[in-house]
Order: sequence, then C-alpha cells, then structure tokens
Amino acid sequence: MGEPIPSPYDINGQHFNPDMYLEKLIQERSLNEIMDHKFEIVQDIQALHSDMQTLVYDNYNKFISATDTIRKMKSDFKKMEDEMDLLAANMESITSFSEQISCTLQDTRQQITKLSGVHSLLKRLQFLFKLPGKLKATLQEGNYSQAVQDYIRAQRVLQQYGNMASFQGIQSDCEAIVEELKQKLRDQFKSKEASAKELAESVDLLLQLQEPADSLCAEFLAHAETRLGEQLTLLEGLQDQDIIEFVDIGSSGFLSDLCLVVASYNDMFINRPRLHNIQQCDELDSVALSQLGNFVLRNMEHYFSLVGKRVEHEQERGSGDTVVLVRALDRFHRRLQAMNTLFSDTDFARTGTEIVLRAGRRQCRFHLQALKAHFANTLAQVRQSLAAPKLISQDGDGSTSLSELLTSLVLATVEKVKGVLQDLLIFSQPDLTFGLKPHFCEVFCIDNVREDLVVGFLHHLTATARGFCVSGDSKSPPALLLLLSKMCLEFETSSVHYLLSQTDEWFNIEDRHGSGILTSEAEICTSMRAAAQELLNHYVRMQGLSVSQMLRKSVETRDWLHTIEPRTVRAVMKRVVEDIAAVDSQVGALYEEGQRAERSSDSSRRTHSANVSRHMYRSNWSSYAPSQLDSSLVTNIQKLFSERIEIFSSVEFSKVSILTGIIKISLKTFLECVRLRTFSRYGLQQIQVDTHYLQLYLWRFVADENLVHFLLDEILGSAVHRCLDPVLMEPSVVEIICERG
Amino acid sequence: MKMEDDTPVIYGLEFQARALASQLAESDAVRFMVGTQSLKLSHNQVHVVELNEETGGLLKQVFQHGAGEVWTLAASPSDANLIATCYNTLTAENTCRMQSAIWRLPLQVDGVPDEVAECGGISDLPALELVSKLDTEPHGPDVKVTCFHPTDGSKAASVVDNKFVIWDLNHRDTAKVVQSGVLEGKGQPRFTTGKWNPHHGCSQFVTANEGHVRSWDLRVSPVRSAWTIENAHCQLVRDLDFNPNKQYYMATCGDDGYSRFWDVRNPSESAVARADHSHWVWSIRYNHFHDQLVLTSSSDSQVILTSIASISSEPISHMVDDDPNQGDAVPDTHKEKLEDGVLATYDEHEDSVYSVEWSSADPWTFASLSYDGRLVISKVPRAEKYMILL
Repeated sequence: MGEPIPSPYDINGQHFNPDMYLEKLIQERSLNEIMDHKFEIVQDIQALHSDMQTLVYDNYNKFISATDTIRKMKSDFKKMEDEMDLLAANMESITSFSEQISCTLQDTRQQITKLSGVHSLLKRLQFLFKLPGKLKATLQEGNYSQAVQDYIRAQRVLQQYGNMASFQGIQSDCEAIVEELKQKLRDQFKSKEASAKELAESVDLLLQLQEPADSLCAEFLAHAETRLGEQLTLLEGLQDQDIIEFVDIGSSGFLSDLCLVVASYNDMFINRPRLHNIQQCDELDSVALSQLGNFVLRNMEHYFSLVGKRVEHEQERGSGDTVVLVRALDRFHRRLQAMNTLFSDTDFARTGTEIVLRAGRRQCRFHLQALKAHFANTLAQVRQSLAAPKLISQDGDGSTSLSELLTSLVLATVEKVKGVLQDLLIFSQPDLTFGLKPHFCEVFCIDNVREDLVVGFLHHLTATARGFCVSGDSKSPPALLLLLSKMCLEFETSSVHYLLSQTDEWFNIEDRHGSGILTSEAEICTSMRAAAQELLNHYVRMQGLSVSQMLRKSVETRDWLHTIEPRTVRAVMKRVVEDIAAVDSQVGALYEEGQRAERSSDSSRRTHSANVSRHMYRSNWSSYAPSQLDSSLVTNIQKLFSERIEIFSSVEFSKVSILTGIIKISLKTFLECVRLRTFSRYGLQQIQVDTHYLQLYLWRFVADENLVHFLLDEILGSAVHRCLDPVLMEPSVVEIICERG
Repeated sequence: MKMEDDTPVIYGLEFQARALASQLAESDAVRFMVGTQSLKLSHNQVHVVELNEETGGLLKQVFQHGAGEVWTLAASPSDANLIATCYNTLTAENTCRMQSAIWRLPLQVDGVPDEVAECGGISDLPALELVSKLDTEPHGPDVKVTCFHPTDGSKAASVVDNKFVIWDLNHRDTAKVVQSGVLEGKGQPRFTTGKWNPHHGCSQFVTANEGHVRSWDLRVSPVRSAWTIENAHCQLVRDLDFNPNKQYYMATCGDDGYSRFWDVRNPSESAVARADHSHWVWSIRYNHFHDQLVLTSSSDSQVILTSIASISSEPISHMVDDDPNQGDAVPDTHKEKLEDGVLATYDEHEDSVYSVEWSSADPWTFASLSYDGRLVISKVPRAEKYMILL
C-alpha cells in the first residue's frame, strides 16, 4: 500500500484514463499548447505503429527455419536406433565366450595358489632350521644386533609351534645361543673398557631381548658405582696433595665420570626411542629416574664429604694459604655449577656453596683464634716489658715507653685485624662463582666476617680487658690496667669505627636499618667505653689501695705513745709522694691533664698555697688546743659546709681526676688509721709534720686542692682527738722540718 | 604519727663513739647500748637508749664506765643487764693497754628511766658494776673484741692478738679459761675480729686476720681450723656476720669497700659481692628475722640496707620452706620476691659510721652509730617491709 497510487494521467501507465487526461489538458493548457501536444502524440503513435510491423515480420522468418530443422532431426534418429540394436547383440556373444574360458581355466589356478603357499612355508621352515647356525655365525662375527633381529623374528613362530617335537629342538638350541648372546652382551656391558656407545648398544639389545629394565638399571649403576668408588678412594688417598690438584683430580676424574655415567644412562634408559607400549615405558622411566637420582645423590654426598674433609684438613694444617684455598674452592664450585645443567632436580651448586661457606666460616674462626692468640701474645709481651724495666719508668722516660707500648698494642691489633680482613677478602672477589651468590654474601660477609670475626674480636677485647678487673687480685701490674683502659678508649674513639667501616666497605655490607642483624658501632663503643671506665676505676682503686696499705702499715706498726719529738718527715710520707709522682708520670704518658677547679700558672703558686694552708691551720688548730669539746664542734660545723666526699668513686678519663681518686683513697685511709690509734704529744706533732709535708706536695696532682686540705685537716683533727696531751708544734718549725725534707 | 614512722630518730652523745650493741635478752623494748670513746678515760659512759615506739621519743639511761674508753660492746644473750666491753686504759708508764670485762647495769632506784634531758655532772651517774674482769694479759696486750656465746650467757670469747680465748663466767670474780686457739704464721698475724658461729650447736668460732677468714672447731682440743677463706677481701676484713636462718651462709666486709656473701662450703668464690659503699665497710649485719635484709655501715658515712634475696632463707616460691626456725617469725606468704640490690641509703650521719645493729625486739628497727657520737635509730622503709610481709 506504500506505493503511490498510479497516476491516471501517466500516458504510459497502466491506469491511464484518456478522458481524465484530456480533461486535464483542456483545463490546464492553452490552445496552442494543446495543439502542440496533439502533434506530439500523433508522432508517437506513428512511431509505435512502424515498430510493431517490423517485429511481426522478423518473428515469422524464424518460425519457418525452426520447422525445417525439426523435420531433419526426425530422420537422423531413426538410423541411430538400428545401430544400437546391433551393438547389443555383439555384446551378448562376448559375454558367453568369456564365461566359457573362465570355466576351463579354474582348476589350474587353484593348483598354482596352493603351490606358492607351500613354497613360502618351506622357506620359513628353512630359515628356522638354519637359525641356530646363523645365530652362531653372527655371534662369532660379533654382529650381535643382526643376531637379535633374527631371533626376534623367529621367536614368535617358535613359541607358537614350540610343542612340536621337531621345533622344540630348534627352540632349545636357539635359546641356548641367545643365552650365550645375552651373556656376551652382559660381559660387554660390564667390561671396563667398553665405550659408551658399545654400552648403549648392548643395553639396547638386552632390552630388546626382554631383559627386565630395572635390574639392568641397577646393574648398570652398580657397575658405575664401583668405578666411581675407585675414583673416590683414589681421591681419599690424595689427602696430602696440594688442594688445587686435589680439586682438579676430583673434577676431571670423579665428576666427569659421573657426568658421563649419567649422560649415557639418560641415553640408554630414559631418552631411548619408545618401542613398546607407552605405559610400560613411563613406569620404567620413573623407576630408572629414581634409581639414577639415588645413585647420583649417594655418590655426590660421598664426594662432598671427601671435599669437605679435605678442605678442613687443609685449613687445620694451618699452612692455609687463603689464595690457594679460595682458588681451589672456586674451581670446585665452578665445576658443580656446570654440572647443575645435568641435574635439574637437585641443586648441587647449593651444596657446594654450603661447603664453601663452611670453609669460609672455619677460616674466620681460625682467624679469630689467631687474632685472640696474637692479642694474648701482645699482652704478654706488654706485661713483660712493663715488668722488666721497672727502673726505667721511674727515670721519666717510662712515659714514652708506655705510650709507645700503647700505640704498638693498638696498631698491632688493628693491623692484624686488617690483615685478616684482607686475607678474607679473597673469598668475596667478584670473579669467583660463589662470590656472587646473595646467600653466600649474606652468610659469609655479614655473619661470619663482620659479626663473628670483627665484632666477636672486639667483644673479646673488652671481655679480656674486663677480665683484669674482675679477678680482683693484684696479679696484673697496675700499668697494664692503665694501658688497657687507654686502649679501650682508643678503640672507642677511632679503631672501632675504622675497623667496622673498613669491613663494611670491603665486604659491601649495607646497613639495613632496623634489620637488627648488624651490631651497631655505637653498641660496641659503649661497651668499650664502659670497659675503659671499669679498668680505670680499678686502676685507681688498686693504686689507691697500694698507697693506703703503705700508710696503714706505717700508722699501725708505730708506737705513737713513745715517739720522740719529730725532727724529720717520716720516710713513708716521702715514699707516698714519690709513688704518687710515679703514678702521675705513668698516667701522664697516656691521659690528658684534665680540668682543675682553679689553677694559676705562676711559679709562686707553691709557696703561696703553703702560706694559705698555714693560715688555715693556725686558725683551726689554735682553737683545738684548749678544749677538745670546742674543737669537735668546729669540725662538725666545718663539715656542715663541706660536701660529702665520695672516696671510691668513678673517675674521669683525665690525669687529675685519676690522681685525685688515688689521693682521696690514700688520705681517707690515713684518717681512719689515725683514728684507731692513741697519740702522745710528739706523736701528734709527727702527724702534724707529715700532713704538712703532704699538703706541700700533693696539691699539684689534684683537681681541687681544697679536697686535699679538707682531708688533711680531718686527719690532723682526728689526731688531736686521739692525743693524750694535744699540743701542736709551732707552724714555723713544722715548715722548717718539711723544707729540710 | 604515721608519717613519722619512717623518719629516723637521732640521739646525740657528747663523746665520740664506736661501740654499739642491741640488748639481746630484751625482746619487748627496742633498746640499744652505746659505749663512748674519750681519752679523758674516767669520763667514759655507757648509754642505754630505748625507743618508745608509740611516741617516737627516746628514753635513756647513762652509766659510768670509768675504767677506760670503750672500743667494743657486747650484750649477753641471757641476761639483759649483762654486758661485755673491751676498753682502753693507761698504765702508769703512760702506755695504752686494752682490757676486757663483764659488767652489770645497776638497777635504777626509781625504776623508770628519765626522759632525755640535761643531766648533771658526770660523777652523779650510777657506775656499772664489775662482774668479772677477763684476764687477757697472759695472752697479749691487744684485746680486739669480747663476745658472748650466742645462747649460753655463761660463756664468752675474747680475741687477743693472734689468739682467741673462751671463758667460763660461772666463777664469780674471775673468769676461767676453758679453751684457746692460736694462729701461727709468719709475719706475726693478728686477728682483727671474731665471732661465734650460731649454727652447728655453736661449735665453731670464726676469726678474721688481714683478708682471711678462718673457722675454728671448738669440739676438739686443741682447737683446729675447720675451714678458711683465703683472701676473702683483698684488704683487711673488718667485720663478719652469719645468716641466722641459713647455715653455711656468712657475710663479710672490709677495707676494699666490698660486702661479700659466702657459702662457706665454697671458700674459693663469694656467692654475692657488692660494692655499694665508697670507702671501707666497717660493719655488716643480717636481720635476725628476714635474712635477705642486710645492713652495712661505712666510713663514707652512709648506712646501706641491701637485699640479698637470692641467697636468703626465704625462698622464691614459698612452696619450699626448708627452714622451720623461721616459721614462727613471719608467715611465709610474700608473693613478690625482692631483687638483690640496695633498698635504702641512710645518710643522716656526717662522720664515719663504725657500727650498725638491728634491734632484737623489732625486726624493722635498727641503730647506727657514727664517730661523732650520733646514734640514729631508723626503720626499714615501709614499702620494702610490706613487700616482705605480704
């Protein structure tokens, strides 16, 4: 319906309506136009008319010629039909003839077929009868594969007809020969000289002969094992050989043989063309593979244990040139890595790395022991040189020798550690195969070298140094304590940092923060410092106690009630001052001066201070004399204003602090000893002279001379208390006595 | 009042003093005795000071000890009024001579001791009654110490030079020598102190000379050395004391500033060693009831209360209680164990503290005496006390 309704005005259309058309023309056009239009239409009509006439004429001619052709065809067909009939008759006669011929020939043909069958059977039988002889011949020729092929061909038949008497003979003959063949093959298989190819051939043939594969595998491997075992025993006998040679022999002998065995095994049992059914093959493969795996593992284990032992032996012998060792280990490792391509499932290179690691660890341990021994040795030397030139140290050049000893001790130790590190550095050269493994780097560089060796040694240093404090007895010379204390301090300030940074640099150890694996430098420094402090405190205690001991004996053994008027300073006081001066020079060799409370540099200092103290005395003692009660009041008040003194306290790392510590201990001892005695007038005066003498000489050593004054005042005060007849000497006389020496 | 419980009470003597003892036979009152040291020999006194635990006040009695300056003082375990002193006298030739005697405190006429107050002249004071003089002269000039048998009040021991002498006090005037021991050795060894070992039926007497400690077996005659600790201290041993509840355990202190605690079965090494003082340690005392508490006094003028719980008789877990003696003192129920270490430092003294003693009546009270004549009665800090009790 979508089509537009055909216009009735279309002159060529189907629905043309002449009346409507005409009406429309008349309505729409002028007369002239209508006239033109009429003329057009007339022309069109005439043209159409002539076209129609031409068409009718043409078609008539064609119809006439077609009628002629049909008539001609009708006559040709008639002829053809006759010839066909003739052909059919001929064919029929041919068929009958051929039937006749075949009938006549049939008998002969059957006979021929039968004859040819008999012929082939006879041929086969002939093969069978000849088989034993042929097999024997081929066997003798050594052409085993031909023999096997022949046998396999005959085998089925023999099996089929085996129950017939005539065949049984043949079969048994054949079997005997095949047994012989197998035996020969096995012999070939077992013979030592057999090449891999021959081996492969014989195994292949044996397999074709239906020999059980797993037993063959086992036999093959057992055979290979004996040969490898020979190699290993050979290696075992080479324990004293040069280690590189050892490794080379191991690589070229044992390892390459093993590779060969594995390769041929793979060729024979695993990669062999699959002839039989697939399931059986798979089974066989898995069995063969597991057997091979066990075999290789067993032998490699043995080899590794041998190498491990050898390396251990090499290291224990101590002759251990690390370069040689490392080169040998490198070769060993390189060879193993090469082998790794052969065995996909076991990583022998890893085991090899383990062996290398163990060697590295052992090397570190040996070095650590050597370091410890070296340190103990150096210490013993230091002790000796401290003990021997005791006289020299009092001449003043002991100071240089002490500092020399210190530097030599520190330097020797640091250099030794450095040397060891350099030696160990060979292990982590980048051109070594194992040097690149991250596992090796981590374990060797961090655990073994840094933590076990360097940090371990530093800990050993502090522990050894501390050991001198703990023992508590006076076995070790005090100078050694001082020296060790300074040594710890030196390490704390520089050497620890130097060694650790050197180690980190050389062995590419990165400080992974927060990992907690690395012992921090600060930690070691702290323990070094603590050890230094402990040693120094112990030194002060020991020196203080040795001076105290002298003072105590001198006070205890004297009869203070029956002593004469003092004329000189007691010898023991001079000795005390001398000792303290010796300690001063000893300490001065190693430690800085340190801070004093107040210090004037002018030379008049000594007399000045003496004067001051004398005034102090006078002011104090004048009040003592009349009444003891008053004097005790004075001292009590004085104490209220002075600070409490810590006697055995920690000291600083400076000369004055150390000497202050020693003097404090000595003077306090003096005080306590005085309090335990009773004095006559002259006894008291002797103490007065002694304390004044100490006053004159001790102030210069201490940080705060008021401390010395205070303690000496206390001593004299206590002596006054303990005196039956407390009358002091005229200060000027005291001074004269002291100056006279 | 509670606040004041822990604050120490101070009692001042006008003389210097080193001798201090707790009145052992007195189990109700906290009472200490002090002997003075003055070279005006007749002026010396023995003070008996009692702490009133209610008020925190002090009661005192003063007795004349005219015989000489008191160096050591010991209280009898059986008779509260009996004391032994070692004292210094002067001979006619103006030579010092140490002597020792047993004294009886005279009974006060009015019975009640005076409150501490200004007292009159020295001569007004009642004098000590001499019970018996110990004749030490044949044994040597220098009597170091006289102490009573730990349980038997009729026996005492004196340490003289390189000897120790055991006395029988039952004879009225003069004590009789029962036993004596001599330390022979080169360099004229001299004992510094001695003490009865309260264990093993009090059959051992322990002495110290220089840095060594030696125990003597009294059951055999002549006495012989039971065990020794050579070089217990690298300097002089000043004092020793026995763990009252745990046999074999002993404490020593000395001039090296150390306090050491020994299992005497292992004399080569001390079980615990502490160096908390900064000078000589003069006195060391186990608490009688809670032997993890140890007091030490030193010439650094400090008294330190230390806990040595690791080798005390009060076990860590109270499952094990192998010491029946201690059961009556305190029910052993404390949960937390004290750590070894300093519990408290007492610095009320301004001079060397030569002696310290626990009260025999109250396990938490003790007295310390410094050379300037200051007696301080202090208590164990409340926190530590509760930690032990609870």
